[in-house]
Amino acid sequence: MSMIDIRNVTKRYGDTTVVDNVSMAVEKGEITVIVGTSGSGKSTLIRMINRLVPMTSGEIRVGGRNVADVPETELRRNIGYVIQGNGLFPHRTVAQNIATVPQLLGWERGRIDARVDELLGLFNLDPRSFAKKYPHQLSGGEQQRVGVARALAAGPEVLIMDEPFGALDPVIRGKAQDDLLAIQKQFGTTIILVTHDMDEAFHLGNRIAVMRGGRLLQYSTPEKIITEPADPFVQQLTGTTDRALKRMSLLPLTSGMAPAKAGLDHGLPQSLSLRDALAEMIWQGIDEAAVENEKKAAIGSISMSHLLELGRKE
Amino acid sequence: MEETLAVRRLDRLGVVLVVAGVAAAALLPFIYVKANRIASGKPMLLMQLLDQPSVAILTLLLVLSACAVLFLENAYARLAISTLCLAALLAAIGFVATSFTPEGSTAARMTPGGGFWVLLAVTSLIISDALVKVRPRPWMRVAALAAYACLLGIFLWSGLLDSLSIMREFANRGDQFWAEAWTHVELAFGSLAISVAIGLPLGIVCFWVPKLRAALLQGLSLIQTIPSLALFGLLMLPLGYLATHVPLAAAVGISGIGAAPALIALVLYSLLPIVANTVVGLEGVDPAVRDAAAGMGLTRRQILTGIDLPLALPVILTGIRIVLVQAIGLVTVAALIGGGGFGVFIFQGLGQTAMDLVLLGAVPTVIFAFSSAVILDAVADSIRGPAA
Repeated sequence: MSMIDIRNVTKRYGDTTVVDNVSMAVEKGEITVIVGTSGSGKSTLIRMINRLVPMTSGEIRVGGRNVADVPETELRRNIGYVIQGNGLFPHRTVAQNIATVPQLLGWERGRIDARVDELLGLFNLDPRSFAKKYPHQLSGGEQQRVGVARALAAGPEVLIMDEPFGALDPVIRGKAQDDLLAIQKQFGTTIILVTHDMDEAFHLGNRIAVMRGGRLLQYSTPEKIITEPADPFVQQLTGTTDRALKRMSLLPLTSGMAPAKAGLDHGLPQSLSLRDALAEMIWQGIDEAAVENEKKAAIGSISMSHLLELGRKE
Repeated sequence: MEETLAVRRLDRLGVVLVVAGVAAAALLPFIYVKANRIASGKPMLLMQLLDQPSVAILTLLLVLSACAVLFLENAYARLAISTLCLAALLAAIGFVATSFTPEGSTAARMTPGGGFWVLLAVTSLIISDALVKVRPRPWMRVAALAAYACLLGIFLWSGLLDSLSIMREFANRGDQFWAEAWTHVELAFGSLAISVAIGLPLGIVCFWVPKLRAALLQGLSLIQTIPSLALFGLLMLPLGYLATHVPLAAAVGISGIGAAPALIALVLYSLLPIVANTVVGLEGVDPAVRDAAAGMGLTRRQILTGIDLPLALPVILTGIRIVLVQAIGLVTVAALIGGGGFGVFIFQGLGQTAMDLVLLGAVPTVIFAFSSAVILDAVADSIRGPAA
């Protein structure tokens, strides 16, 4: 059973159809990224999941329950919600912000305090110095982390993120994306995230949905989005000039390696993607390298010619 | 080059204040000595009184103050010297008044002249300018206000000022003064409480229903354009009718004249600032904050009381401050329709051409309004503090 099941959902404002008969299912523990230009209906679609926007027709189930049958506030307290610019409460401290949903759920004081400290630690924010600060005393990156910590406070199974990294500069954004991946791995939270940034979608998504004009053009794995674009717009969005490299960046080095060989001077960590391996071999000027595990033991090998072959369209 | 530097070092406001002070001290009478309250008095300039020790000390301190304002950068030093100067000013007028009052006379009136009032205003401005430069925390401003109130209280309590005309008028009407003061406070705070109770919900509704907003705010601005006296008059007719035809209305104290029309008019004037500031304050709340709150499952009511109102509070408090200061001033006019308050003395004094009596109404009104403004500003700033 899917964690989030969106069936034939349509949203109209007067004569304008903003979301047009969209169906998609998000599996438990996966990150699904919805990509689209502004006005594509992507934000409206996810805001219908926690009923911030009432749907015109269709049905959405979260964890098997029809969201229309759950009282609004109860539904929202069980779904994490992160928005661009984080929406932190400026008159409340970091600790009070994070404690918002646990307080609404009536947790006792000690449990809330422990949870706030745990989350702050998890996001590399020292509780002793950050708990009592106000949002305006934090940097943009810190505010964003507090925003995600606040959404995760009550341990929701589902996290909805509306352009969560949109306001961050590129360096901090990359770090924030990696943090999100690590935390998602730890909690197993099902995440549905909206962005207009295709690179972000490829970096984060187990699955990518492409929307345009309220319609869902394609919903599949990142690899399929590149190799089998369902629509010229999808192709345009992914770009055609570097699709070989884009696809290689999605494939782990271990997926393309040959058996281990003796006598190779250079080693590459097995955690690299094919693209990273290619870049490293071009930089070092080598034709063949060993693939090594964490203990620097060779578990396979890769050659330049084989790499180039792997990047070819099928 | 050197000259421009020297000029720049001079405080522009300071130069204006010193010029005004010097002109007032030299040209305007410091005190009028009158045989009785309606006689035209004999004006005395400050320089004619230099033989009195208190005036000599005052003059010395005035010169020191002027130097401090023109050449001293240190705000604390300015504050100290100008505060001493203020005390000397009050002491001097008291001593001079006592010295000119014939032994045992109750008819003679010693009225402070224009020179005294301008010097008082200039010294107060120098003090408040120095206080602003010190950048005190909100509670420090309230403490400073209390300290200066204590200073004034000590002078009044010591009896030093008892020979002054305004204190003579006070002595003649002690009980009435406190009764009118209480009425003044009641009308000002009562109208404020009622207009907040009505205006705050109206402002919230206006924020939620934009169509209502334009209509209501225009209606309220229209009321603001009616002169206060005319509004008091307009209310006399319907309220008088109500009082004579509805027994219940008369029973609860509603009548064409008195406190009821005064209170209603004050509330009508107060609604616009309260409603408008509530709307502006709520509009100023970042929509993303409200969206996040809704998305986390706060109820509409929790968003209003926990997010919207606390964030809009500084702006709403600004509205309340405007309303309170405005009401304290308007209550004086309410005396004309029998509403009571300090205005009673002002209009009695105008009727009798007894300026001292006018001052007995005007000076407490100014002090009341000024203190309220300082305290409410401090409250608004201390709330704005953590979230700024």
